[in-house]
This record gives sequence, C-alpha cells and structure tokens, in this order.
Amino acid sequence: MQTGDGGVTPGRTPRTGESGSRLDHWLDSYAARTRGMTASEIRALFAVASRPEVVSLAGGMPYLHALPLDVVGRSLAKLVAEHGAVALQYGSGQGDPGLRERILDVMAPNRVVAHPDDIVVTTGSQQALDLVTRIFVDPGDVVVAEAPSYVGALGVFRSYQADVVHVPMDADGLQPEALTETLTELKRAGRRVKLLYTVPNHHNPAGVSLSAARRPEIVRIAQRFNVLILEDDPYGLLGFDGDPLPALHSLNPDGVIYLGSFSKTFAPGFRVGWAVAPHAIREKLVLASEASILCPSSFSQLAVSSYLADHDWKHQVGVFRDLYRDRRNATLSALDDMLPSAQWNVPNGGFYVWLKLPGGLDAKAMLPRAVTQRVAYVPGTAFYADDQGRDHLRLSYCYPTQDRIREGIRRLAAVIDAELEIQSTFGAHPGQSPNRRVYAPSPDLT
Amino acid sequence: MLAPRVLILAGGLSHERDVSLRSGRRVADALRDAGCEVTVSDVDAQVLETVLSGRVDLVWPLLHGASGEDGAVRDVLELVDIPYLGSVPAACRLSWDKSVAKGVVQAAGLRTPDFVALPHGIFRELGAPRVLTAMVERLGLPLVVKPARGGSGLGASAVRTAEGLPQAMVDCFAYGDVALVEKHIAGVEVAVTVIDTGDSPFALPPVEIVPDSGLYDYDARYTAGATEFFSPARLTDAALESVKAVALAAHHAFGLRHLSRTDLIVDADGEPWFLEVNVAPGMTETSLVPMAIEAAGLRPAAVYRQLIEKVLSDRTSVAQA
Repeated sequence: MQTGDGGVTPGRTPRTGESGSRLDHWLDSYAARTRGMTASEIRALFAVASRPEVVSLAGGMPYLHALPLDVVGRSLAKLVAEHGAVALQYGSGQGDPGLRERILDVMAPNRVVAHPDDIVVTTGSQQALDLVTRIFVDPGDVVVAEAPSYVGALGVFRSYQADVVHVPMDADGLQPEALTETLTELKRAGRRVKLLYTVPNHHNPAGVSLSAARRPEIVRIAQRFNVLILEDDPYGLLGFDGDPLPALHSLNPDGVIYLGSFSKTFAPGFRVGWAVAPHAIREKLVLASEASILCPSSFSQLAVSSYLADHDWKHQVGVFRDLYRDRRNATLSALDDMLPSAQWNVPNGGFYVWLKLPGGLDAKAMLPRAVTQRVAYVPGTAFYADDQGRDHLRLSYCYPTQDRIREGIRRLAAVIDAELEIQSTFGAHPGQSPNRRVYAPSPDLT
Repeated sequence: MLAPRVLILAGGLSHERDVSLRSGRRVADALRDAGCEVTVSDVDAQVLETVLSGRVDLVWPLLHGASGEDGAVRDVLELVDIPYLGSVPAACRLSWDKSVAKGVVQAAGLRTPDFVALPHGIFRELGAPRVLTAMVERLGLPLVVKPARGGSGLGASAVRTAEGLPQAMVDCFAYGDVALVEKHIAGVEVAVTVIDTGDSPFALPPVEIVPDSGLYDYDARYTAGATEFFSPARLTDAALESVKAVALAAHHAFGLRHLSRTDLIVDADGEPWFLEVNVAPGMTETSLVPMAIEAAGLRPAAVYRQLIEKVLSDRTSVAQA
C-alpha cells in the first residue's frame, strides 16, 4: 500500500470528467444518517474471537448452558403442538396480553408498578431503544448519557443523528452535580435535550450501579429540567448482593420510560424485551412499532410466557446470579494476581469489569496484539460518542469458564507488558493515532 | 466431465480472518455457478480429515495472512499430496515477507521504493530516536509504515512528519514484529492481476485505486463506495503495458502459479514501482481481482472454473509423465 495522489503524470491518459466505479450504484442515494457506516478493522478483528483458540472477554453473551434446555425444548414442542395456530400467527402490535401480565411479576422486585396496558412488548429492548429515539429525537437534538454508555444505545442515537452529551459517573453511578451542570449548560446554549439515557443497575460497560441515595436526586434533576428519563434495565435482577434497588420508574412513572429484557435472565435468542411508558408515549410507541415490524414475534412471546408459567424462573435467575458471581470473583482474583498495574471496578452484578490500562495505553491500538495472543476485549472508545475511553477496556466474564477467564487475563497481562515496552521504546504519546469509529463485536461473536 | 469437487479453505486465525471468510463465500458462490461441487472449511483440527476423505479433488486456499500466505498450509497440502490452486510454498515464503519480496524484485531488475525493515527489538536495543532519525535522513519524508507481513492495509499508515513516525511504528508493531518503512512515491496506485489458465500467465487490465481518504486502508478497501476504481487505469497505453510487464516479471521472479496480484505505483515520470505481490489476493465484493477479471470482459465464475481445470489437468499431466 502507498498513497496515490491521483494527479496528472506523464504516464497518465487525461480523461477529464471520467468517473470510475465505486462498487455501489446507489452511493448518492443514501440518507445522511448512513454516514459513518463503514467497514471497521476493529470489527474485523472480532471475527477471530469466534475461534475456540481465542479467550473472548469481549461479548456480553449470557451463559445459556446453565439453562434447563431439555425443559425449554419440551415446552417449545408443546407450544407448537397445542397452540401452533396462535404461536405462528400474527399477533397484537402491543404484544401478547398474557405475556404483558407476566412481565408485571418480573418487574416487581425492581418495584416497577404498572398495568399490563402500560407495557409494549418489543423485539429485544434494542427495538424499544429504537422506537423511543424515533418518536422523540430529531436530528441535532441532544441525548444525555452516562460516560461511558451502552454501545448499542449509542448506535441507535447516532442513527437518528442525535448529539450525545456524556455525564461522568463514579462508584455510585451518574453524578448528580455533573448532570445538573451539563443540563444547565445545554439549556444556556439553547439545545433541546430530549432524553436522559441511563443504565442504573450493573452498568454496561462500567459495572457500577446508581446508589439508592442518588436515585431520587437524579429523578428530581430530570424533572427540574423537564427531561424524560430512558431507564434501560437488562441486568436489574442479576445483582450479587442484597435486594434489587428501586427502579427510577418507581419514583416518577410519568417522567420515566422503563426498558426491560429477557435476554440476560432467560435467552437472547427469543428477542423479547419491553417498554413501560406513560399512556400518551405508549400509544405512539405501539404505532411506531406496528409501522416498523407489525407485531413482535408471537412464537417468541408465547415461548417466554410458557417458560415463565411452567418453570421456576426465579430459581433460574438465582442460578445465573451464582454463576456470574463466581466468574466475577475469578476475574477479580486473576486481575489482582496478574494485572496489579491496572485499575478496575468491583461490579456487584451484571456481566462487566471496566478496566483502566496502565501507562495511558490505547486499548484500541493494542487490540491487534491481543488477538494475536488469542485474547479479545472491547476497547473503551466503543462506549463513547466522542473521543474518550482510549485507556479503558471492557472485560465480560459472563460466558467463559473460570479457567478460561484466568487464562485470558494471563494473556492480556502479557499483551499489556509488551505494549508498555513498545510505548516506552518509541515514547509515543497515547491517543495520537486517528480515532476512527470503534464498534463492539456483533452480538453473535464472543 | 464430472463436476470438480473443490474444498475452499477460508477463515484461519490471522487478523484477516473476516476478509478470508468473505473471499471464501464469494468464490464458492461463483464456482457453484460454474458447475463445481464446493465445500468451504475453516482451518482447524478437522480439516485434514475432509481433505483426505476422498471426496475432494482439489483445495483452493483462500486464507489471507499468516499460514495462508506464508506457504505453511500449502506445505501440508504437498505433504498429503492433494492438488491445490495457487503458488507453491517456496514461492509463498519469498513473497509473503515484503522486505524479502522487495529484494527479489530488485534482483530481477525491477524498481521498488527504498526501504528498511526492522524488528521492534532493535529499536529498544539501539534507542528508537536515533534509529528513527537515521531512517528519515536516509529515506526522506513522507514515508509509508506497514507490517512486513500481512495485508488488507492493517497496521499501515502514511507519515508526513518525523514527529508522526513513533506513533506509526507503535500502530504497525501491534500487527507484527517487523516493520517495513518505505519511501513514499507520489503517483497513481494500481493493482495488476496475473492469471494462468492455460500455457502461460497473462496480465489483466490494471485497476487504478483512488481512495476518498487518500489512504487505501482497511476501511477504504472494504467499504463499498469509499474508493473509486478505474479499470483499466487512466494511464497511457505505454504505461499500462509497462505495469503489466512488471506484474508478469514479478510473477515469474517469484515462481508464482495460477493467480497473483501485484500492487504498484506509477510515478510522475510514468515509471512503475513495485510495492508488493499477493499469492492469496482478496476475492470479496470490493476486491481488485474480480474487478480486473470483469474489466477484461470475462466472468469471474468462468475464470475460476478454468483455473480449477488447469490445476486438475496439470496434475494429470504430471501423473502421466
């Protein structure tokens, strides 16, 4: 590879006005929102992570081997045999009424009180994110989000051309003072803030939870600035210590849209999530969803419904919690032993450790070396809409076994040592390389 | 004639796994259209069982990066005596390392940009600032830094100031242990595909590459629309013939077989400069080889089938001899 300048040379045949092939006939037809949808070398590297030789600490895939798959299998067979004509048919745009009833039980530990009519079933909570953004955000509107923030939500906000403004977190989650300051600044600048997006429980990727004391404070600040809260809660039932904290929705149902999901507590393959929203918003969500997908999958909804009815799902969530707690402990113990120069949080639930690299290393630039050494993670920049997060990375402990986690961290420690040596040899300052858009792995890659 | 049974090897563990998987799928589709029976396999502990199952007539390794392009997998195919499409291991070993390859073409009398190839250890031992200064003094600016082994533009960058060189080295060493630092030649970037479906290799129309960003990196290579291609390249007839001659000369100098792609720059005086040669060039939707085949008025599926038939007929000739 070199860089051709395309200029006139003696060997060149001048053909003024000629255009070449761009391998895409429709290039001039794409909407502006597709800008930035490009191939990514980082995303390509994750392809290697799917090989068994690689310890992937990258993907947030739940450990489905812990599910009673035989029970699920029998339940699915029965569903098709006895209710196939309904399960394989179109359904309600708002979602199956029976499932919406059962979702009330699932949300009870987080103290979300609602009526089944307040719930819209969606194709994973990712579709709920899409629908909420679609009905609220015009290009250039502001979405305030934690720093860092869930990569899948950032992708949705970007696709609707929102400006994401990050607010810092600490060990107790979103910082109220910083939120007030940011909203004040935005108001002064005349910006339209449409949503405050937050993952209050076992944050992805930061691993922290918004403390009980801060929850009412955050809700009050949002009320004061008249900003709707979008509360994304896929990990609320997966806390390792104590009871779940009350959802923000429980503190102000009229000012919060609550998103839930069965992807982490049952199985993501069914793609069933939901939104709880005030009446007027919910009506628009249903219309937007019908315009998009007509209705969520009847089969998936009834499968989830059968599972909740026929199986002790609360016990199963406990099984997942114990499993992930052990893997969290294995991760922290391996980090203590092998990576003392790095810093990380101690998650009290969920799937993730958020790690700060020593020496200001650039996690994105280091990823090819990690893949060569057969370990994968997600670089921190994936979780920001701006240029932050270079010296952070996300480790997922949900999928690999404890032995594999330890081996992965051993490899990661060696990669970091080698990178520190290169950095010291060249005296290069981290963050000098161009920061192209960084993506997390696609959901099917670990 | 019975449909040839082709095993395509795609995937592997290199940084270019994703590109290889895409190349594999694309070629498999084309070969099926051309009447072949095709299986696609990753390179893993089961693949030799498939190779030796008696249900494979030949193997097409479409593995990019190490083991695919360094000759290792082909060495094993030689060991188990199964015919394969592409160059022999010794030729791959010469072309795989860009610094070795540049030496080979220099010996063959071809022009290639001045360069130095160094492992990262030497910078630690001798002190990076002194070595980098010596590089800039010797080669001048701008420079191109890239891993000596590997492709798809991964780890490659253009350096216009001495201050930018340390970071380019760090980025490059993330992808490999040896960096090739090359004098930048301003001009027209072209790729020339050489194929041999019959008695002797011939060059297809050169493809000119004009990336929007100015750098033909990974994004520019694999995002449809990010690069403008002209085939044939917008060169004079003499320059077109000249780059084709260089590609053929390189193909011969390395002792390559069946299919290769040579990347060159045509400078301000119309002179071609060899950059590198690929024994397993990309065959994806945005790759240069299929583009060159179409520019020649041929159908990729038909050409791939001809290549398959050549491998099988060469094998028969050897067996009969």
